[in-house]
Amino acid sequence: MTMRARSQVRTSFLTALVVAMLSIGPTFAVQPDEMLTDPALEARARVLSRELRCMVCQNQSIDDSDAPLAKDLRLLVREQLKGGSTDQQVLDFLVARYGEFVLLNPRVTAHSVLLWVIPFGILVFGAAAIVLVTRRRGSLAHDSRNNLERLTANEQQRINALLDASDRNS
Amino acid sequence: MIAEIGHYALVLALGLAVIQAVVPVIGARLNDPTLMAVAEPVAIAQFGFVALSFAALTASYVSSDFSVANVVINSHSTMPLIYKFTSVWGNHEGSMLLWVLILTLFGALVALFSANLPAMLRADALGIQALIALAFHLFILVTSNPFARLQEPPFEGRDLNPVLQDFGLAVHPPFLYLGYVGFSVTFSFAVAALIEGRIDAAWARWVRPWALAAWMALTLGIAMGSYWAYYELGWGGWWFWDPVENASLMPWLAGTALLHSAVVMEKRNALKVWTILLAILAFSLSLIGTFLVRSGVLTSVHAFATDPTRGVFILGILVFFIGGALSLYAWRAPALKQGGLFAPISREGALVFNNLFLTTVCATIFVGTLYPLALEAITAEKISVGAPFFNATVGVLAIPLLFAVPFGPLLAWKRGDLLGAAQRLIAAFGISLVVIVAAFAFFGAKGVLAPAAIGLAVFIMIGALTDIAERTQVINQPSNAFRRAAGLPRGAWGTAVAHLGVGIALLGIVCESNFGSEHIASVKPSQTVALAGYDLTFEGAVPRQGPNYRELVAKFTIRRDGQIVGVMEPTKRSFAARAASTTEAALMARGVSQLYLSLGEPGTDGSIVVRAYYKPLVLLIWLGAIVMFAGGALSLSDRRLRVGAPKPSRSSILQSAK
Repeated sequence: MTMRARSQVRTSFLTALVVAMLSIGPTFAVQPDEMLTDPALEARARVLSRELRCMVCQNQSIDDSDAPLAKDLRLLVREQLKGGSTDQQVLDFLVARYGEFVLLNPRVTAHSVLLWVIPFGILVFGAAAIVLVTRRRGSLAHDSRNNLERLTANEQQRINALLDASDRNS
Repeated sequence: MIAEIGHYALVLALGLAVIQAVVPVIGARLNDPTLMAVAEPVAIAQFGFVALSFAALTASYVSSDFSVANVVINSHSTMPLIYKFTSVWGNHEGSMLLWVLILTLFGALVALFSANLPAMLRADALGIQALIALAFHLFILVTSNPFARLQEPPFEGRDLNPVLQDFGLAVHPPFLYLGYVGFSVTFSFAVAALIEGRIDAAWARWVRPWALAAWMALTLGIAMGSYWAYYELGWGGWWFWDPVENASLMPWLAGTALLHSAVVMEKRNALKVWTILLAILAFSLSLIGTFLVRSGVLTSVHAFATDPTRGVFILGILVFFIGGALSLYAWRAPALKQGGLFAPISREGALVFNNLFLTTVCATIFVGTLYPLALEAITAEKISVGAPFFNATVGVLAIPLLFAVPFGPLLAWKRGDLLGAAQRLIAAFGISLVVIVAAFAFFGAKGVLAPAAIGLAVFIMIGALTDIAERTQVINQPSNAFRRAAGLPRGAWGTAVAHLGVGIALLGIVCESNFGSEHIASVKPSQTVALAGYDLTFEGAVPRQGPNYRELVAKFTIRRDGQIVGVMEPTKRSFAARAASTTEAALMARGVSQLYLSLGEPGTDGSIVVRAYYKPLVLLIWLGAIVMFAGGALSLSDRRLRVGAPKPSRSSILQSAK
């Protein structure tokens, strides 16, 4: 137990988010010396950086990360933009080089299509289920209502008492 | 000795959990009141022993007992006292102990405040609650003992991870766990109801306060975690769609859906089968969150716990409870009697709409978080699902949900009048239209989406107040409004205030993400940076000694129109014991907006890299969460929901009428 306890550095639950991001190093993402002089181009570079994953980090975009790889990727993005590439061309270039893993927003491919379909599939399926259930139960209720006998005077009186009480309460 | 007492108390708690999980449940089957009554004292005693165990670990931390391995790894003798307390749960073993402390606390509270419940339901619910506690006691004792001693104690500890040495650790995990674990109560009640095979509106009335309390704690816990990440991480982000954040958001969404569907169940005796499912899901998602974080299965920043025995153990707990509860549900739910009917356009219909979208958002986050994992396991292909995906999908799904918020409370039960509700919202529509046009005229360059989103936030806020304004007749007859306001049920106030909080948070989110400005530069002393109408002058950087760290303090004087409005001192800290460093951002509130300064690397010539942000209305994000919490508190104080309060007259009439 002691060996195991010694060998493990553990951190708390959600708080570890904070930890790991910082334990990579002193935080700093985009450095002033990396930035492009053309503000329009730099703005595009920033937007693209947020869509690209720093592949040696966990769940960080290259815009947020200070890993050396992230810096390389940031410079690469800016080089491509300076060379006149469109945003799409820059993304294609990086995917060709590093694979789909580099994109934080996965493209629709055979493998990722489910990811995009499921959320809206659930919405459509859920809505359809609700409509079906309400219809079915609505028609059942309609049938049973026709079969109901009239209320007795006593029952009617009780109902009136209940309605009065609930009016007073609400 | 203290550590051994703590360890032994936990073993005794385990024994009590076994008794509580078995005896009352048998009693319920035999209909034996004596056996069922065992649950109450045992639940309280179990909490007592876990509290003793927790106190023992705390004592070991506060006295810096470096013969306890857990203390060595996570503490240091020079650490400020508050962090000696908080580092108790700033590690895996201690945080699991906090988890069971809260779990048994809820068990004891249920035992204390459920005297008016049917004996069988109460015995079964407490039995299930003990079964959960039993699993987690075992988990701690078998895989994560916080009381393990070292053969040769070192003279000094290895310090708590510097990032955790923050007030955030004092408040965020306890509230988060109160939320996570609070849903265990609704889970236990749901399973108990399924075992009995009978639920009614009264069930919803007993369960709703617990769900509400858990939801409030989770709301606050998530918000505080977000604010902590915002000021500690140093780049001004407040939500990263990290798997662990998603793990906390999923139970929150399910819990929000549960609160709303439980209202329908309580008032109209409808949606019963669905509400039971949500009660099971909310806690199941809490368990899944625990598994994701604790097992290291995610390729996430949190995957520190790489010991497979723990992962497999928690997976076992997960499969047992979620699988068991859902199987029981599949078996018993069809037999539950369906409740009242309602037209599609009605209060019930609006709450169903709310549930449909909340569940879809929850499922989207679930799929997005686990999809890369599943894909990699099946095809060995690696993809990333990050912030852009979640922003796009959740953003789209949130619009209809948010737009519907003001309509819900204005629709009548059973059969509502949508046109009538829209007419009553005419003022809200009008004001938000004016706001949209004004925002567009002001920020036109940013497109129409941001002004429209601001308009939506305003619509929700005014819409939330519309119901209250009408019912108090504050506009027609202001003289009597106060008396009427006091006479309104607290629940109605709670709804309005919580919905108001949603609008406030949305306004903060939209403004922060669309209209913020940023300036990254390398500055030399006496150089000035201009940002959003403020001038930030770097006065120079000096070293300073803290209790267990050294820091470099950069001083910035902030001016607006030449007038000094304040001084900001972002720092970089280095902690010798861990050879680690942190950046401490400086924040200055300007109304509900903030200036945010964070330091980068110092240069050799006295210059330093600084990241400066202006974050308009950013504080509204967390203020909105606090307002939502306040709404929950108002609702909880409603006489109708007050735990242990005598039943209101209406239900007693209902009962006598049966």
